[in-house]
This record gives sequence, structure tokens and C-alpha cells, in this order.
Amino acid sequence: MPATEWREARVAEVVRETHNAATLVLDVPSWPGHRAGQHVDVRLVDPADGYEARRSYSIASAPADGLSITVERLEDGEVSPWFVDVARAGDMFGLRGPFGGWFVWDAPLGGPLLLIAGGSGLVPLMSMLRHRRNAHSQVEARLLVSVRGPDEVLYANELPTTGAELVFTYTRATPEGWSGYARRVDRAILADVAYPPDAGARTYVCGPTAFVETVANELVALGHDPANIRTERFGATGGG
Amino acid sequence: MTRGFFRRHAEPADGNRLPPGQYLERGFPVLSAGPTPRVPTERWDFAVYGAVASELRWTWDEFHQLPRESITKDIHCVTSWSKFDTGWEGVSVDTILDGVELQGGFAVAECDGGYTTNLQLDDLTGGKAWVVDTYDGGPLPPEHGGPARLLVPHLYFWKSAKWVRRLRITERNEPGFWETLGYHDRGDPWQEQRYAGD
Repeated sequence: MPATEWREARVAEVVRETHNAATLVLDVPSWPGHRAGQHVDVRLVDPADGYEARRSYSIASAPADGLSITVERLEDGEVSPWFVDVARAGDMFGLRGPFGGWFVWDAPLGGPLLLIAGGSGLVPLMSMLRHRRNAHSQVEARLLVSVRGPDEVLYANELPTTGAELVFTYTRATPEGWSGYARRVDRAILADVAYPPDAGARTYVCGPTAFVETVANELVALGHDPANIRTERFGATGGG
Repeated sequence: MTRGFFRRHAEPADGNRLPPGQYLERGFPVLSAGPTPRVPTERWDFAVYGAVASELRWTWDEFHQLPRESITKDIHCVTSWSKFDTGWEGVSVDTILDGVELQGGFAVAECDGGYTTNLQLDDLTGGKAWVVDTYDGGPLPPEHGGPARLLVPHLYFWKSAKWVRRLRITERNEPGFWETLGYHDRGDPWQEQRYAGD
């Protein structure tokens, strides 16, 4: 069954991540497997009139761990509120994939691995970190997460177990007693956090368009080779 | 049927302009695979080469001597947003290829940053494609492909290559960047040709 065929995905479990995001563990018949960083397309159908809505969501799970996606509710969104607020175990929806062969990391690709997430841009990067852990990869990994506040950090309990160096910056609210970064990612933060340019780190940046644009531009300005920087942007402002 | 799912976005009045699986977007999202290249217009040029009797090349100033057109078109991104009535200005590919003796039926658009995409010449000619350098009345911003990008609005928007610098005419179809990574070779949104196999 090719990746382009629509399958019936069944929600096995809904794990609440934050007040506005949930992870959906899925059962998909004859799921072909995926690479860390890939995405799926989903299709929801309005029972009243057959209206179909489609979106793309990044895969959160590592290849060896089946299929789960993490969805953040967008204000004015059409599809994301269903996943975050409505879906429950046993629900079915259309799914196809996996897709995307660029924003992917397989353990043999090596590193060091520099992962930079804006908000829910963490999802495909988490798949990479989980894959790195499963594969017992010795590749050095560093994760920079920019997030509005501590209550919006995805995978907060699991992140420290991934073995990656973690750096957070909080753009609106900080944890009590926080002495770390408390601003949007800028050149100074990247100069501190990124490996030196000559380390040739495999760099993956995912987040909202403006975030990714800033991070990628500043990394290039700091001397990092654009060829090592892979980006994934979710720019839709009112869509998801 | 999806339990508990309902349409939240009213169908646009001219919903027949939306290809299958697309929704109407008000903003202008950006999709690209890496950092935005920056090329000053003094160093910019545009060339047609490959399977042609003789190569053509224009500097930025020369390119602006070519006859220009204003274009208003709906655009459709493979990530499922569409945007209606986007306004551009630039040079028709028909004008660019005028007088070029073509020795192949395909083209690869080559861009700063290394991006490529392949097109049949039939999809680039006949008033269907342009090299544009303004958007919405102003210079095309770098993140949207400036100084200049291809505009092929009847195909998914990844075919409208940003930062385009070369049109390489080829005898055979040569899949480009996304086309070798599992995306459809032609990308007609009305046939929903998103991925290879669609």
C-alpha cells in the first residue's frame, strides 16, 4: 500500500501535553514505518455534509515506536481543535504518509546534531531525539527550545531523559527563579548555544515562519554553512 | 465521517476557485527547505542555457528592459493553503524564450541556495509562467523569493521556484529537489498531484 493511499487511522490514546496541545497515539493498519522528521497528511470529514479538511502534521514518535502525532490548537483553527479537544480513543480519521525526505535525520547521518524549536516546532525534532536514544547513537545533540512559558513546553518530563543538552528560552513567562534566557532567539543566544561553525553540525530548525527565518539567517550570519541547515516552517496563520 | 468534526471556516463565496483539499489562507505563509539566500541585484543575473542553440543572459538592468506584465492569480501550496488574487509583476517566460531555439521539451529552474524544480516547457509557455520581482506592488521580499522568483500559478507553488537564476532547457525530464524527495513530478492542484503516485 503506497504512502499516498488514504488509510483509516484509529486513535489509540490521547495524551494531554499542555493546555493547548495533545499527542495522539495512532493505530494505522499496515503502517509502513517512517523516518524521524517526516510528516503525515490527515483528512477529517464533517458528518453533516461530507466537507473534508486536510492538514499536514509532523510525526512525534521515533520510527521504532509506532505512530503518534502532537497537535497544538491554533486560534481560529479548523482541524487542530478536533485533535486537541474532541478526539478520544476509538475515533477514526483519514491519514496517509509518511511524506517528506528532506527534514529527516537517521542515526547513521551522524552529527553533532543541533535542533532548534519554536513552540510546537519541537515535534519533529522530538522524533529525532527519540530515534537517537533508541538507536543508542553517540552523536552529540543539543536542543534549543523557544517557548512562551514553562506551561507550554511539550514533552517536559521526557526531554531530560533524551540525553541531549537542553537550552530553553522563555518569551513571555519564566519559571520562578529563572536565570536563563528570557527573550526571542537572537544572534547572541545562537552564538552561545550553537556548536562552532567549523563543527559542521547537522542543524534542524522548525517553528513558525518568522522564527525559522530569524534563526536560519542569524546562523548564516554567524558563519554556519547554509548547506548544513535544514528548515521546516509552519506559516499558516489561521488555518490549522 | 469523523465523529465530532464540523466545518468552522465558511466556504468562500467563490469556493469553486479552491482545488480539492485546499483551504483559503489570508496570510502568505513561507515554505522553504533552508536559509533564505541573499543576492544583491548588482550580482544578480538570469540565464537560459542547456539544450538551446545559444545561451541567453540578462543582468538585473537588462532584465528590466524586457516587456513587463502585471499578473493577478490564485496560488496553491501543497501544504494545503491557497491564496486568491495575489498580485505580481514581471516578465513572461514566453518573452524570455522569444527567439530561443529550443532543443528540448523540459526545463529545470535553478536557484540560489541550490534549489531546483523541473517543469515541462508546455507548463512554462503559453502565458502560464513568469519570472516576477514584485509582489503586492513592492519589491519581492527575500523570504518570498526576491530578488526574483518563478511564478507558475497553475501548479502547486513549489514549482514557482524562489531565488531563480537559471532556466536549464533539457531534452529529458530531470526531477528537481522536491520531486526527488517524494513529491509529484508535475503538481497540478486540480488533480491533487501532491506526492509521487497521486
